[in-house]
Amino acid sequence: MENGKVERKDELEGILQTFARQANGLIPAFHAIQNRYGYVPKECLPEVARAFNLSQADVYGVLTFYHEFRHEPAGRHVVSACRAEACQANGSATVIERIRERLGIDFGETTPDDEVTLLPTYCFGNCACGPSIAIDGKLYGRMSAERVERMLRGMGALE
Amino acid sequence: MKVYVPRDYSACAMGADEVARAIEREAARRGLSLDLVRNGSRGLYWLEPLVEVERNGERIGYGPITEEEVEGLFSAGFLEGKEHPARLGDPEEIPYLRRQKRLVFRRMGRTDPLSLDAYRQQGGLAGLTRALTLSPQQIVEEVTKSGLRGRGGAGFPTGIKWKTTLQAAADRKYIVCNADEGDSGTFSDRMVIEGDPFLLIEGMIIAGLAVGATEGYVYLRSEYPLARRVFAEALEKARAVGMLGDDILGSGKSFALNLYIGAGAYVCGEETALLESLEGKRGMVRPRPPLPAIRGLWQKPTVVNNVITLASVPVILADGAEAFAQLGVGRSKGTLPVQLSGNLKRPGLVEVPFGITLEELLFEYGGGTASGRPLKTIQIGGPLGPFLPPSLFPVTLDYEELTKVRGIVGHGGIVAFDDTVNLGRMARYAMEYCAGESCGKCTPCRIGSTRGMELLDQILSGKKGPEAAELLVDLCDVMVNASLCGLGGMTPFPVLSGLRFFPEDFGYSKEEVEPLLQKV
Ligand SMILES: Cc1cc2nc3c(=O)[nH]c(=O)nc-3n(C[C@H](O)[C@H](O)[C@H](O)COP(=O)(O)O)c2cc1C
Ligand code: SF4
Repeated sequence: MENGKVERKDELEGILQTFARQANGLIPAFHAIQNRYGYVPKECLPEVARAFNLSQADVYGVLTFYHEFRHEPAGRHVVSACRAEACQANGSATVIERIRERLGIDFGETTPDDEVTLLPTYCFGNCACGPSIAIDGKLYGRMSAERVERMLRGMGALE
Repeated sequence: MKVYVPRDYSACAMGADEVARAIEREAARRGLSLDLVRNGSRGLYWLEPLVEVERNGERIGYGPITEEEVEGLFSAGFLEGKEHPARLGDPEEIPYLRRQKRLVFRRMGRTDPLSLDAYRQQGGLAGLTRALTLSPQQIVEEVTKSGLRGRGGAGFPTGIKWKTTLQAAADRKYIVCNADEGDSGTFSDRMVIEGDPFLLIEGMIIAGLAVGATEGYVYLRSEYPLARRVFAEALEKARAVGMLGDDILGSGKSFALNLYIGAGAYVCGEETALLESLEGKRGMVRPRPPLPAIRGLWQKPTVVNNVITLASVPVILADGAEAFAQLGVGRSKGTLPVQLSGNLKRPGLVEVPFGITLEELLFEYGGGTASGRPLKTIQIGGPLGPFLPPSLFPVTLDYEELTKVRGIVGHGGIVAFDDTVNLGRMARYAMEYCAGESCGKCTPCRIGSTRGMELLDQILSGKKGPEAAELLVDLCDVMVNASLCGLGGMTPFPVLSGLRFFPEDFGYSKEEVEPLLQKV
């Protein structure tokens, strides 16, 4: 995942050209944009709307319906914690509490130094091996508060 | 010499990739050549990563294995099947696995999921081969006779759904596989897609032949990145050998299959919201009628089925409807891949015929709580399923029997909780989840869930007397009876069951809540 401003318009056009041909290409296009930029920049929306022959309101409506799409750049690292029942049954609350406390942020927030973004997930399908935490897209099972703190420290997210 | 290390999302979360790399490194260091196969998981998740060695056609398992233990495994002589503290013997002789009746999961964990040769050797394509000799009516008849009911949650008879679409006249029809698997505590769809993807493809082709559809979509949730990679690869292979395309296995019949990735919305598991999302729109629930079977994707007749439903079809065609219908009880035919998770010693995938008691699943298979504390409750059937107390554990797994105790089979997930859980908090969570995931189309769900959350906050802070419980019950009543879809309509199940069986967790006595609960 990479962050960056939408500097290269032709790149965006390339993405849009690929997907605008498909009748159901809008959601795949948002995936592709987020893959490229780390989020879906607002500046893209007029062009997305034009490419799909939709109003900006329609495009915005689709974008904001789905939890997966971010509207702001993420930090250098993304930590996703499962908040769902099966992980709760295995003590995810203490793991999540430790992350929040050590990073000083809540779900949906990024640390002031842009180091870590904390996101909620509702199930990774790792219910038999919870609590589950994903860091930069890699999933870890049987997480404990101590281990997640060690991992955050290891990636330089804690001073 | 073959060594197997699962390439399954959960096994990988427990370090399977690192173990696989360590095995390759250690083999190279010792100058040994071995054939490392990445199989699917057998679903004995407390043993993952479960490494297996194949010698003279026999498999010896070792698990769980960490990266650090790999060198010791070599030194102990695991390649010769020698003793080691983690040695399990033949994995298929482990009672947890041996006692199951695996039909849909029969191949799971045995081979490389992306090898079509292995798939064929292990009985794959037998169902499709037979289906190609039958008329659409005959295929539908076979599925109807099997008694197969939808495994996505509603338990609707699959044969009836297919017949509706078969009879609908249209220039185009679609097969849509619901692989949104949003329920916490479920992972059987993920396992099939990662561990036996050709089975799903085969089931979808048969569905297409049955109803006259030549195009299909798999709607896969975005939270399953490994499943996406594996399935994309499986699709390419199936196209390359002519399993998919314009001449299915040389029959002259055609079926095209596409993969579509969701974007994190629980409600898109609801079939009409899924269809909207698949059309590239907001995942808003559609009013019914029309049924998707008559007007679904792009307004064309569409079969929407869960992964496990579709993956059961090749088995039914291969073994015959009778073999499937003989298993199970009453109107619950065949097997169900139950997913055990939460606070259990032995969480995993247990495919058994319907009719087993919850008790047996939780204790004989699950081994009781992992924490060693008393098992207080289970949530069955996903986030919209009720919490059941131990007094109901003698109930059997059976659509009708569970309905009698206000339970649901759902997608077959059972999440166990020890006595540290507070059902008032879980009820609050259920309302919060519903508020976050509501598509917003109808008021009882959109507004009701937020009101429910506020009400539960007041109840749990002890600021309200029994009149708040009455309000909560009334609110739930409205949500159950006036919501357009199951999200708003079933969120009250975890709430009311908590209140019914564990009123003390809400600060009430049984006497206070019992009269209120009589009306719902
Ligand atoms: C809120 C909600 C979420 C659902 N999520 C799923 C899901 O993730 N997977 C699924 O197969 N069915 C899900 N369903 C059930 C589907 O609407 C539908 O019944 C099912 O896909 C039909 O397939 P089947 O007959 O094979 O079960 C959900 C239903 C509701 C109301
Ligand atoms: S119950 Fe909720 S999710 Fe379902 S249609 Fe109504 S608002 Fe949408």
